[in-house]
Amino acid sequence: MKEQEKIIGQKNSGLASAMLSLMLVGILIVIWHLATVKPKFDPTGLTEDKLMLLEFNGDIIRTEEGGYEHNSEKNQGIPGPLTVFKYSIAQLSEPFHKKGTNDHGIGHLIVYTIERFFTGFFLASVIAIILGVVIGVNSFLYAALNPFFQVLKPVSPLAWMPLLLYTVKDPQTTAILVVFMASLWPTMANTAFGVKSLRKEFLHVASILQLTPFSRLFRIVLPGAAPAIVAGLRISFGAALVAVVPAEMLLGELGVGYLTWIEWNNLDISGVLFSIGVIGVVGWSLDLFFNRMANSLTYSE
Amino acid sequence: MSYLEVSKISKYFRDPEHRGTFCVFEDIHLKIEKSEFITVVGHSGCGKSTLLNIIAGLEDASSGGVILEGKEVDSPGLDRSVVFQNFALIPWMTVFENIRLAVKAANPDWSKSQIKDYTFKYIDLVNLREAANKKPSALSGGMKQRVGLARAFCINPKVLLLDEPFAQIDALTRGVIQDELVEMWEDSKNTVFMVTHDVDEAILLSDRVVLMTNGPNARIGEIVEIDIPRPRTRASIIEHPSYYKIRNHIIHFLVERSQKLSSVNDNKESNNGNKIVSFKKEPSRVNAKCTGQSHSLFHASRAEQVNQLNN
Repeated sequence: MKEQEKIIGQKNSGLASAMLSLMLVGILIVIWHLATVKPKFDPTGLTEDKLMLLEFNGDIIRTEEGGYEHNSEKNQGIPGPLTVFKYSIAQLSEPFHKKGTNDHGIGHLIVYTIERFFTGFFLASVIAIILGVVIGVNSFLYAALNPFFQVLKPVSPLAWMPLLLYTVKDPQTTAILVVFMASLWPTMANTAFGVKSLRKEFLHVASILQLTPFSRLFRIVLPGAAPAIVAGLRISFGAALVAVVPAEMLLGELGVGYLTWIEWNNLDISGVLFSIGVIGVVGWSLDLFFNRMANSLTYSE
Repeated sequence: MSYLEVSKISKYFRDPEHRGTFCVFEDIHLKIEKSEFITVVGHSGCGKSTLLNIIAGLEDASSGGVILEGKEVDSPGLDRSVVFQNFALIPWMTVFENIRLAVKAANPDWSKSQIKDYTFKYIDLVNLREAANKKPSALSGGMKQRVGLARAFCINPKVLLLDEPFAQIDALTRGVIQDELVEMWEDSKNTVFMVTHDVDEAILLSDRVVLMTNGPNARIGEIVEIDIPRPRTRASIIEHPSYYKIRNHIIHFLVERSQKLSSVNDNKESNNGNKIVSFKKEPSRVNAKCTGQSHSLFHASRAEQVNQLNN
């Protein structure tokens, strides 16, 4: 019985933190609502002329009883949670529509963004891991190539965009390459670090057992450096996600980032908030997937 | 010609502080016969682990070399396996996979089932069948070193190098593992070169104990022959009449003489060989204790062997 209680106790702590999260979300939504709720229209002090002007402009509309109230359809300030919610439902109910060249459904947009993101990220990860292993294993190459990396690393990925667009000329490829530049450096630095700091005894065991270079790399070096590599990939992942949104905005490529920009151009703040929410949720779910992978590759000594 | 010869090995490091070289040890000269069990004892800093790494090929000697069966060896290989002080088990592999890695490396053309059977043979030898699928982080120190021993033995090396193998294991388990090591070695009779701090362990396991003087500039002070008959066990060995004489001699060396000898640079006279001490009871001779510095005692019937050692 006591053991069961202990186990239940553990379960409860997970439940408790989930409940706290939900409570925080609820509180935030309430605060949002209260901050944006429009007060009842008060006609005292306003002349007939002024009222007619307001109605003409669409700021107020006549109710059924004959009074006035604020026009909820006219955009004024940040929309409340209900407005955004209505907008989200409308968008999510037909996620895969294509009503025009710039008006694809949110489902399509998410797919475009993810495709772009993964192509750039995958390409960068492969090259970064290869380079990282090479410079991690060979300290001569490390010393020779490190100055180049240190100069290229602090350059913002978006700063590469004009140069890339000029040479590559294709905005789609440029967007992928911007993501590539963003996700290259953290993985490479962490891979090199992981390889360098692998405990020497494991390499000694590999030498004594006369493992082939292939075997040594794939059975000892890479699994040994895996936790560091995964940590680097995680950081690169975040950097790539951050880079894909402005890349889409600047290049005019359809995607979730581009949606944000378009909605802003339309002054549809609900749309902007919605797309921000989508970016957040997509990033979150990809990160969850990443966590799973990371946990399977770590080891303890 | 001896099976394994450590030939005039010295090790120097560059010394950034004093702008010169820092000598760990110099002129180490040892001849080891096949199936002999040699232990090196000495204070920290005398370079015993460095010497072991040089024999293993994991470090380079500054001068001199290691000769195994007539050929010089200067890089690691399957003929000299090592048991490490901190176990050096691959953390992301299970016990089975760790040992299988070695079996496969030593026998690349075996079939999968042959490798599997052989691996389990060694897992059973160290009584770890139940833990075969556990990762090293789930094992105790004693269990980890058993895996280390199995890994080292299973490749049937010509020379087995043990680098303070039981230093990180608790005292109770240590005794048990020592007996297990004796059993494993009696079966396979590899040539063994071990480094340890534990005098009792040295006497229990070895044929000869090499006593090194203190570093820097360490060298071999003495070699003590352990002629307590085999098979030895911890329980029976302490009954032997020579046991405590040998033990006290070694401890006395470690406490006093290792320091004294290191500062005395007159090793030139015994440059031609190392001083050898034996405690075997001789009916005709009287005092088996070594007193002076310049003459060696040796057992009559082993004069031949000793003469060879001295050369």
